[in-house]
Amino acid sequence: MDILITGLLLGGTYALIAMGLNLQYGVARIMNLANGEMLVAGGFAAFWMYTAGQISPFLTIFLLAPLTFVLNWLIYRIMLQPLVKRAKSRGQLETDSILATFGLSFVMVGLMLSVFGGDYFNYSYLARPIVIVGDTFALNRVAAFLAAVVICGALYLWLNHSRAGLSIRAIAVAPDSARLVGINVTHLAALAFGLGGAVTAVGGALLSTYLTLDASTGVIFTLKALIIVIMGGVGDVRGTIIAALLLGIVETLVASLLDPGLTLAAAYTLFILILLFRPQGLCGKKPT
Amino acid sequence: MKRRTALKFAAALALTTSLATGAVCAETIKIGAAAPKTGPLAGGAAVSQWPNVTLWAAQVNERGGLNVGGTMMPVEIIEYDDQTNPGETIKAIQRLATQDEVNFIVSPYGTGLVVAAAPIFARYGYPLIAVSAITDQQPALSKQFPDMFFTLGTTSALAEDTVKILTDMREAGQLGNKIAMVNVADAFGIELADVARGKFNEAGFEIVYDSSYPLGTQDLSPVIKGAKAAAPDAYVAWSYPPDTFALTEQAVIEDLQVQAFYTAVATPFPAFGARFGAAANGVMGPGGVNVDDARFQEYAKAHEAVTGAKPDFWASATTYASLEIFEQSIEAVGLDRKAVADHLRTGTFDTVLGPISFDENNNNQAFWTVGQWQDGVFKGVASRNRDGSVPVILKDGWQ
Repeated sequence: MDILITGLLLGGTYALIAMGLNLQYGVARIMNLANGEMLVAGGFAAFWMYTAGQISPFLTIFLLAPLTFVLNWLIYRIMLQPLVKRAKSRGQLETDSILATFGLSFVMVGLMLSVFGGDYFNYSYLARPIVIVGDTFALNRVAAFLAAVVICGALYLWLNHSRAGLSIRAIAVAPDSARLVGINVTHLAALAFGLGGAVTAVGGALLSTYLTLDASTGVIFTLKALIIVIMGGVGDVRGTIIAALLLGIVETLVASLLDPGLTLAAAYTLFILILLFRPQGLCGKKPT
Repeated sequence: MKRRTALKFAAALALTTSLATGAVCAETIKIGAAAPKTGPLAGGAAVSQWPNVTLWAAQVNERGGLNVGGTMMPVEIIEYDDQTNPGETIKAIQRLATQDEVNFIVSPYGTGLVVAAAPIFARYGYPLIAVSAITDQQPALSKQFPDMFFTLGTTSALAEDTVKILTDMREAGQLGNKIAMVNVADAFGIELADVARGKFNEAGFEIVYDSSYPLGTQDLSPVIKGAKAAAPDAYVAWSYPPDTFALTEQAVIEDLQVQAFYTAVATPFPAFGARFGAAANGVMGPGGVNVDDARFQEYAKAHEAVTGAKPDFWASATTYASLEIFEQSIEAVGLDRKAVADHLRTGTFDTVLGPISFDENNNNQAFWTVGQWQDGVFKGVASRNRDGSVPVILKDGWQ
């Protein structure tokens, strides 16, 4: 039970890391390599608000979400849309966007270095034990997990039950046909990219309550997010959630029962197995 | 075509003029520095390395520069980010030596990066005073690179003194016999854990939990829970910065009751004390300094005034001392690199840490090995040949 809950909590962390990238890659078709930097920037914002004004990260996110949404929307409109327009195929867009966002990640690391310096930053927030069915867990992790549940749940409902959400899913499934039925693909792709960026930044703010970050740790999160999105299936919220939880539970199982040194090996074994037997991801659709 | 030639000529002229003016004000001493500003070690370098380069240059220039044969020459620092990538470190050192033609180069940061750069220092004839490079390979390295010097101690000394502190506590009846030990699965953690494991066994300790975890693990609660289940009397983690914080936070949350708690890199950082406050009391880590020493206090004050940040309680002062050593050597024998290297071998240098000299293996024999947070400062509790260590205290809960 202890292992299961610890694993679920870690899975919640992973879901926060990967959800934003899934929206950006699955819908807007931008393989955003600056995803981790956006997460660290969100963490920085939460850190700054907390140390400067004692403002809880759980309040900061309400300010952070609209701000980073606009920022990411602008990044898409100004920097990425020209790439989308000129791309002749999906493959070309992927190459171009990988290169462009790779550059963007350096710009963001440089900006954060100059604004915040290269030092590690962390703070103590809700670092208290909480007892769930007889075992102790960190309250900040539990709180972040609950927030992840709310965010993922809201996204899932929105994508499945609202008109904009359904249109976004339509783009994810068939961008060319979506245009034929009167969906404004450019507009909605920008929306999805902005939303993805906002979710990532909010995730960063929540993660910063228990992880130690510095200006150049972003790439670790990008890699983790990439693995989870691919495991779960590109463009599917359920897939990302399942993959994140699965990864969290497997890593915790291995760490607790075998050896913490084998967690990475276990994570990548799982990744390889899924790629071997379900290359489209857990919930991904087979390419026709 | 003509215009292009004219342009070229103008450019060449401008270049010559600038070179000529450069030669006129060549009264500066150029000091190169290549260390991480980005990448995994950037956080550590931002605390221990870069501020000291800034501080030293500011202080030297405030005095009017270094006295080279009667002329006061200000120093100019040329900095490169090596992205925590040994390939980039090598390129940066090469560039500093061949293009920037600097007079001296500050040691890179991190054992792997320093060792990777050592052959380049040797090839271009630059003396290397390594600081953040802790290894037992020092005799072999200094044999291969005669102008490479070491200041911060060896892996064995760090591990041995940690074991010794715990042994002394046990002999004094303060500590039981059970040790939980974990390490980050990285050259640093593995080497230290190997040495410590042998020493713990030799000292008759029982290692009840022994495990490693990969660098960048995002949830270390299984590591603490596993250790807690083994009911140890002392907990020792050969950890790196993000995990040093995470392990300590988990220990607080799990209320891990041990009489001695040790985490490695970043424990002596001011950020650690700020982060854990009273809970940090009694936490041990590598390094330490004599915080009551007036020279250190003066240095810490200047560090905060110039760079806006506090120095750490381990490598910071040693990094600064390595620059003081350069300073004194240059003032003694001038800018000739060979002469400086020979002077380093024989001289004794008066630094913020006290006198430093190098033995036949180019190793500084006086350094701190174990420190402990006591009432908001990280005090040295064990050292090799340094004065001012304080008695160790028991870890008394996490209030």
